[in-house]
Amino acid sequence: MNMLLKNREALLVVAILALLTLITLRFPGFIQPANLGRVYNDTSILIILALGQMAVILTRCIDLSMAANLALCGMVAGLINVALPGLPIPLVIAAVVALGAVLGSINGLLVWKLNIPPIVVTLGTLTIFRGSIFLLTGGQWINAHQMSDVFKGLPRADFLGIPALSWFSIAIMAIVFVVMTRTTVGRAFYAVGGNPHAAIYTGIDVGRTRFLAYCLSGALAGLAGYLWVSRYAVAYVDIALGFELDIIAACVIGGISIAGGIGSVPGAVLGALFLGVIKNALPVINISPFAQMAISGTVIIIAVAVNARAERRKGRVILKKAEAH
Amino acid sequence: MKIWKALLVAAAVSTALVANVANAADKKIALVVKALGIGFFEAANKGAQEAAKEIGGVEVIYTGPTTTTAEGQIEVINSLIAQKVDAIAVSANDTDALVPALKKAMDRGIKVISWDSGVAPEGRQLHLNPSSSALIGNMCVKMAADNLPEGKGDVAILSATATSTNQNVWIEEMKTVLPNYPGVNIVTTVYGDDLADKSYRETQGLIQSHPDLKAIIAPTSVGIVAAAQAVADAGKIGQINVTGLGLPSEMAGHVKSGASKSFAIWNPIDLGYSATMLANDLINGAEAKPGAELSMGRMGKLKLGDNNEGAMADPFVYDASNVEEFAKIF
Repeated sequence: MNMLLKNREALLVVAILALLTLITLRFPGFIQPANLGRVYNDTSILIILALGQMAVILTRCIDLSMAANLALCGMVAGLINVALPGLPIPLVIAAVVALGAVLGSINGLLVWKLNIPPIVVTLGTLTIFRGSIFLLTGGQWINAHQMSDVFKGLPRADFLGIPALSWFSIAIMAIVFVVMTRTTVGRAFYAVGGNPHAAIYTGIDVGRTRFLAYCLSGALAGLAGYLWVSRYAVAYVDIALGFELDIIAACVIGGISIAGGIGSVPGAVLGALFLGVIKNALPVINISPFAQMAISGTVIIIAVAVNARAERRKGRVILKKAEAH
Repeated sequence: MKIWKALLVAAAVSTALVANVANAADKKIALVVKALGIGFFEAANKGAQEAAKEIGGVEVIYTGPTTTTAEGQIEVINSLIAQKVDAIAVSANDTDALVPALKKAMDRGIKVISWDSGVAPEGRQLHLNPSSSALIGNMCVKMAADNLPEGKGDVAILSATATSTNQNVWIEEMKTVLPNYPGVNIVTTVYGDDLADKSYRETQGLIQSHPDLKAIIAPTSVGIVAAAQAVADAGKIGQINVTGLGLPSEMAGHVKSGASKSFAIWNPIDLGYSATMLANDLINGAEAKPGAELSMGRMGKLKLGDNNEGAMADPFVYDASNVEEFAKIF
């Protein structure tokens, strides 16, 4: 199985390189290091969110509320900044990460304690979170001139030639990688999704593990909320509307199985980058906006098809072994 | 005991009478917007409330869906029909999709007008354009041309979605006035879908693929803000001027930073005010037909042209000299 995953990631790298070659044929400037850096920076938020979504999907759940959580936390970050412009930004970030985790834990608790299907829970909280933004603000925007310069400046701040926004995603990548591969809770995510019954026998609390996965995705959505609002220097009810679909698409393209238990940090990151490259390339290669949507959709379906085939092959192998016994 | 009972009866009767009077006097005018939570429409609501106060005995119901969909507006309209409002003034998310619901409303004797974003003629009695599309298109190109270095250069258009009725008409009008502005060379039109991130990315794309770009015209309030931010982040302030249609409160920071020298918008307060006044005219028996003149209170008269459409006023230009002052209003 490990081989399969490795192959899959290698396949994605090849696909991204092929994509870059194709784009370069139409727009040579795309391949320049400065531009690739810009593409990575632009994809950073998607990477952070995809890593959170991955934890949830691994446990056989799904989090449709991430984009709404992001929007709510981003709006709260903006409101805090408007009310207390002098408050140090790390405190603002800590506050929205905590808020995001709390919002995520609501999803987690409903899935854990009330046993409601995750898709229903998060569909509900999605609307609740969006609605809450409206209640908080009455529909008012927070605009560039209302935010402090430090608040807006952080994602753009240069450190070793790379914007802080990119550093955030690199740090989150490292942390999630360690959590997924070196901690009991990270392994529990895989165990719960791979085989919930077996997980119970090994002493893993399935509900609690799912709860923790939702807390993680919520906290990352909170962080992404601050990053989004400060980067685009605007906060309103509809920010990141429909972005949850991009996040799930990134996971699916990255080989994270919707059926749970299969997936890796490099996979999720590559999936997000694949989408990021497409999103950034479409504007410069001069394709009609209608074709753009069709292209994005086609890519996602191809990825799911490849994924489904990979999983089916695994099933056959198990059956053969069973027959041999 | 008897006195007590008599008092109660008297109280009940008088309450009923007062309530009846209030009900009879209150004309209900529904202001249906594209979506709740958009600053522009909140401002229009202010104007509508002002008109209601001026007319007297009018209740304005400000409503709309939470996202900009035609389906959402149809639901809202159906519930307004059930509430038996006297008039519906709608800014439509779709030219044709609302027609059946609005026809149903007119069949029930409800007066229907569209404003800002129009409905097909069979679905309303009149349409109030904030300004004429020709004036808007001209103003957008003029603002871009006025700030071009040496009066000429490449200009790109950043629109909302490729299917937005408003934006497409304005872009057409921009193209028709181009012969009057020989220095303006429109290189491309891109679509940011009224999403901050996509508009930002499209602007980055424009900056890359058109190195000689001198101005971006964004006739959409989400797009113009995102474009200004992208231009600022790319370090192109002073080289690329972002202009188009936006709200003063949302653009104040970008005018200050220099990313945008000027932009235009009609006054949404005036628009909500005029729409309410026109709805009231129709309730009072005015007839909407080509050539008719209807009163819009302090905004003067609306002269209806073909298709029962009329234009309220010229778009108003905001720049460093006045944006701060208007940012406080809307």
